[in-house]
Amino acid sequence: MGEIILKPKVAFKVPIIAETITPDNFAGKSIKEIEDLEAWEGNRKTTLGELFEITGAPGETPKDTKIIIEGDVKKVKKIGCKMTDGEIIIKGSVGMYLGEEMKGGKITVEGDADSWIGTRMKGGQIEVKGNAGDYIGAPYRGDTKGMKKGTIIIHGNAGNEVGCWMRGGTIIVKGNTGLFPGIHMKKGTILIEGDCAGRCGAMMKGGKIAVLGYVPSILPSFTFEEIKKSFKIKGEKIKGPFYVFTGDLNENGAGRLHVSVEKNKHLQFYEKFLE
Amino acid sequence: MEILIKNGYVYDPINKIDGEKMDIAVKDGKIVESVGSNAKVIDASNMLVMPGGVDIHSHIAGSKVNSGRILRPEDHYKDVEPRTTVTRSGVGYTVPSSYTIGYRYAKLGYTTVIEAASPPLKTRHTHEELNDIPLIDKTCYLVLDNNWIVLDYLSQGEIDKCAAFIAWILKALKGYAIKIVNPGGVELWGWGRNVESLDDQVPPFNITPREIVRGLCKINKILNLPHTIHLHTNNLGKPGNYRTTIETMDAVKDLADGKPNIHVTHVQFCGYGGDTWITLRSGAPEIAKYVNNHPHVTIDLGQVVFGEATTMTGDGPFQFILQSLTGNKWKNADVEAEGSAGIVPYKFKRKNFVNAIQWTIGLELALLIKDPWRVFLTTDHPNAGPFTEYPRVIAWLMSTKAREKTMERINKRAKKRSVLPSVDREYTFYEIAIITRAATAKALNLTNKGHLGVGADADIAIYNINPMEVNPSKEYKKVRKALRRAAYTIKGGEIIVKDGEIVKSFVGETFWVKPTMPEELEKEILREVAEKFKEYYTVSLENYIIGEHELARSRSITVNTSL
Repeated sequence: MGEIILKPKVAFKVPIIAETITPDNFAGKSIKEIEDLEAWEGNRKTTLGELFEITGAPGETPKDTKIIIEGDVKKVKKIGCKMTDGEIIIKGSVGMYLGEEMKGGKITVEGDADSWIGTRMKGGQIEVKGNAGDYIGAPYRGDTKGMKKGTIIIHGNAGNEVGCWMRGGTIIVKGNTGLFPGIHMKKGTILIEGDCAGRCGAMMKGGKIAVLGYVPSILPSFTFEEIKKSFKIKGEKIKGPFYVFTGDLNENGAGRLHVSVEKNKHLQFYEKFLE
Repeated sequence: MEILIKNGYVYDPINKIDGEKMDIAVKDGKIVESVGSNAKVIDASNMLVMPGGVDIHSHIAGSKVNSGRILRPEDHYKDVEPRTTVTRSGVGYTVPSSYTIGYRYAKLGYTTVIEAASPPLKTRHTHEELNDIPLIDKTCYLVLDNNWIVLDYLSQGEIDKCAAFIAWILKALKGYAIKIVNPGGVELWGWGRNVESLDDQVPPFNITPREIVRGLCKINKILNLPHTIHLHTNNLGKPGNYRTTIETMDAVKDLADGKPNIHVTHVQFCGYGGDTWITLRSGAPEIAKYVNNHPHVTIDLGQVVFGEATTMTGDGPFQFILQSLTGNKWKNADVEAEGSAGIVPYKFKRKNFVNAIQWTIGLELALLIKDPWRVFLTTDHPNAGPFTEYPRVIAWLMSTKAREKTMERINKRAKKRSVLPSVDREYTFYEIAIITRAATAKALNLTNKGHLGVGADADIAIYNINPMEVNPSKEYKKVRKALRRAAYTIKGGEIIVKDGEIVKSFVGETFWVKPTMPEELEKEILREVAEKFKEYYTVSLENYIIGEHELARSRSITVNTSL
């Protein structure tokens, strides 16, 4: 497997758009050719060679190309855009639009990630060891076609609107999330292992959301269905029990919202609807 | 500056020049007999030379276009144009930035474009945006059919006073023609309702759509306006509405005097047969038959090109229906005492039965109507697709092969219901020049546009394709490619496009009509309008009138009325 290492030459001050950093673009190229790939620094066109110190050798195909970014790339957007295979490891924090429209392969971030990761994602996997920003797996603003396939795993906390307009795939957040997880969601699964700031599944039409932690309240446009013992995600069983709600009825939706019974004693009043 | 265009194959239908190899001389922005030896020579040998295009119906400026931009951020990010030394940056696909609209029209070889619907109250905004559209000449139609003052006069039968009011408003707001949008229906939409036929009552005014259309048609004749009434029918976008369309055309038949007196716009949207969306079929053969037999009608297509579109009309109730059908985001606006507007993003899909039928209707209309001088090419930009796709429509019109290729990919049920496979008419370059330039300029009565005779404005499009060698029927892809990027576009005697790139940028002219009126009458009308204004509007009359200094390059056209 070919490994190629990118090291930022300086600490970046202005936003950089580097959609060329993908295994697909690097595979089979010499270091010189990679250095000549285009990037934007603010409103100025530049090359990867100007921004990064590039060493190593890429593989012949995207599949056996591994890109390692050593250092902080918080200002760099669109890394892994439309990648189909291979691997990117970021040993630091990363900027917005990580893995935009990616179709396959794997991206690992050892630090934090900014907003819009996996936007309009179509496959592959993104794993963030730290925290992530807002709009995970969401489409571009105004658009209605979010993440379609693939997996996003956040080990830390996530911001607002996780899985906005999601059409498939899986998002797992091991920490807490902000408001509106699964807003406008149509299909797919969101698992929140920590707490949620509220308004889960607003305007959802389908799909599944499970919250293992605390939820302040359930939206009035959801109806209480049953208490279920477990929740299945990617074939794996997660033990409950869960309160199960259906909604969002404002949208004639049939999404399923699972909320832990144990952590949400204040929702006990729903149980009387079971009788 | 003097220019000599040498050896091009010229298509100039108004002067009956059909692919003749000739030179065209340009001096001081006009076409002249000959130029001196110092003139800049453009070698147009083996190229196609036409007058600059004239688009009769396109939504390019105004508050609803701008709302469309705000409503659709997702429309912009995939289509970004960086700044060059000559042009400004811009974005957009279906609703491009103001500057980008000008550049893109120029690249297509179009030099005159009309904004199709501007409610009077919003016309200041329209002119502000028109000022920012570079290169092309432009103007706007004023939506006047659901205006309370117009309806007041019409319902009282005071045609002459109404005519004087319209003459005043065209002059005060710098408009060009009378636009009619769903007459009566838009007013009723303010009450949550719509009209269903030409003889429905519009309660607050006790008037019917038929009376509104006939009244405005008569006024158009009294005012002797350059364009006819420009009409968007009732029942637009409903199955079976082709009957309403024909009925509307028929309603003004007796008012004609040998010349066209009604232009029905984007007929694709009002040419549906059948009774429901399931039994939908094309109503184009019936409409074409009517148009063929009645010379008082002109139409434009509103041809669907598959892909993204943004529907935006002054027809509020229609947009509400579309929003309910699609569940897409929706914008609805009321313009006080004047009308409404709505915007819904839409995607035309090949495999969708209704969309495929819509695609066939536009082409059937163009191919079944025999006289190309009365059917014009539009996509009702951006309602059925962006204007940048005109070359695609031209390829379909010029080649049965291109149509068959697309028909293989559309919905099968729609294909079976269409008469399109049996139509083998193919447009020639001469006819294409008619439907995109000559006929539209003639319909708008822009005597200096749309032709290359001596004295005409030097608006010229040169395309890098040899009409003598290329067989558009087979090599439609070559035609499409050449028409997308003009080799040269000349506007007002300046070269603005070279090899599909903008090389020079300046502001084009804004036309408006100045109907003559006896002073006494004007004073009387102003007095009455001032009173009504206090009653109907939240703005004062002084702030309503647009000064000539607010137009970047104003050109008034005086018309002699019989008031």
